[in-house]
This record gives sequence, C-alpha cells and structure tokens, in this order.
Amino acid sequence: MDVLIVDDSAAIRKILQRVLVQAQVPIGTVFEASDGVEGLALLKKQTVGLVLSDINMPNMDGLEFLTKIRAEPAWKDLPILMVSTEGTQAKVLEAVERGASGYVRKPFTADQIKEKLAGLF
Amino acid sequence: MSNEQAGALVITSADLCDAIKTATQDVFSTMLSVELKPGEVFTEKQEAAPASGVVSLIGLAGPWVGTGSVSCTASLACRIASQMLMAEYPGISEDVLDAVAEVTNMIIGNVKTALENRLGSMLLSTPTVIYGRNFQTRSARNQEWTVVPFEWDNERMCVQVCIAPNPDAESQKIRPGFPVPHMLNV
Repeated sequence: MDVLIVDDSAAIRKILQRVLVQAQVPIGTVFEASDGVEGLALLKKQTVGLVLSDINMPNMDGLEFLTKIRAEPAWKDLPILMVSTEGTQAKVLEAVERGASGYVRKPFTADQIKEKLAGLF
Repeated sequence: MSNEQAGALVITSADLCDAIKTATQDVFSTMLSVELKPGEVFTEKQEAAPASGVVSLIGLAGPWVGTGSVSCTASLACRIASQMLMAEYPGISEDVLDAVAEVTNMIIGNVKTALENRLGSMLLSTPTVIYGRNFQTRSARNQEWTVVPFEWDNERMCVQVCIAPNPDAESQKIRPGFPVPHMLNV
C-alpha cells in the first residue's frame, strides 16, 4: 500500500515513516508533501491507500486539505489519519466532522499510531 | 507576572510554568525517550544577554497573544535531532534545525492546548529557527517571559513563553505561517 505523509516538518515525516514500519503496516512507496497544496497535487498523480496529515501547515492547512479530499468522490473512503499538536476536543471534532478517519495528537508513540491504523483497516 | 485579566480570562504564572514543564517532559519522554527535569523557573523582562546557539520561535494569537521559544546550544540541538531521528548529526544541518523546530512546535502546541480551556482558542504560527552567534531576542511589546530551564547531561535548554491579553483580539488575529510577533537582532 502506498502512503502519503503531509507535514511541514521533514523530521516528523521521517519519524512517521519509521513508525509505519514499526507498526508493520505493509507500505510500498511513501510520498511526502510539506503542505496541503503539495498533498493534493500528489494525490491527483498517485494512488495511495493511506494519508497521514498534520493540521498546522503553511499555504493550505490540514483541515482545508481534508475538506478538499472529501469533496472528491474518488477519495470519499480514503483513510486519513490526522497527526497534530492541536489537542482540544473542538479541533478533534472539527477534523472528524470534515471527514478524518482518525486523530493522533503529537507527541505520539508508535503504539498509538499502530492502534489507530488497526481501526482503519 | 503580567497575566492580568482579559475579561474573565486569567492565568497565573504557576499555570504557565506547569503547562511548560508538562509539555516539555511529555514531548521529550515520548519522542526522544529522555526524562528531563526542570530547573528553577525565572522571569525575564529586559533583553536577554547576547546568546549563541539555536533558538526556535513560535507565535500565539487569539484572545491572548505571545511567543513561545526553545533555545539551546548547537551541540544540544544536534543531540536532540540524533535522539529523535535515530541518526548521527555531528554538526548543525537542515535536519537538526527542523528537529528543533518540530520539538518547539510540539511543546508550545501542547502549552497552547493546556491554556486554551481558560484563555479561549488560539492559533499557532509555524516555527522560525535561528542558528548563530551573538544574537539577541526581545518581545516587541516588552512583555515578561516565563523561562523554564531543563538540563540534559549538563547541557541546558530553556523553554520560555511570554503571553498577555490581546488588546484588540479581532483585528490582530494571525494565521499559521505568518511571522511571529517578535524582534530579532542577529
């Protein structure tokens, strides 16, 4: 399964890749984007089976990115896990209302990611 | 410190210190497997003495506005990146600065979340990281900083926040990605 990781931090993109391996997710190619604009452009070119996205990013934040994905019928059921420092209940609810499949707050452990992914597949 | 009332919204210096300590220890134990102990908290109002090393800054905006920062020596920044990314970083590089920026984002982001129940929803800018020698940072509004030092094997890292009621909350909102409300002399 190919995966798209969207985060403006290259460090977090690396860590999430490592965590996916630790979580024994059968990943193929991992595509990386540093904001929602890049993420959408990649999604139009590549077919992925999972998206991990931050919320606070320049150009297009994760919530707008999420809304645009869900507006596209082809991506209606694409699993999208939000991974963000935003931790208030209101923000989590907003992400879920916009179509997030799951939400993990930073800082995160590999087990937390693994647990959320187990609920998606 | 200067956390007077903004309508009914109030935080104390102790609230801010607790939020900084909890967020920093949580980020380091979870992402770096390092248990940090806080040192003695202090406040700073005047410009700090010229510093060298790495400073990462993030702006907060909403009903309260301010800045959060993480500062440390270059060698400690390399160690943070090495521990977080499980790779060796003998000197400052893009990866090291990015790791410090993300640590700052997580710490100040969690401080923000801890304060939001009492102060209302705030926005966080993306981090700005500076590496250099003999530079100074100061708040444009000359606000007081609450500084919590931490030690990791005899190297010091400071996490500090200055935050105050926004006199014009509606007109001074910023979006993530906007520059931090901070002055910098490099």
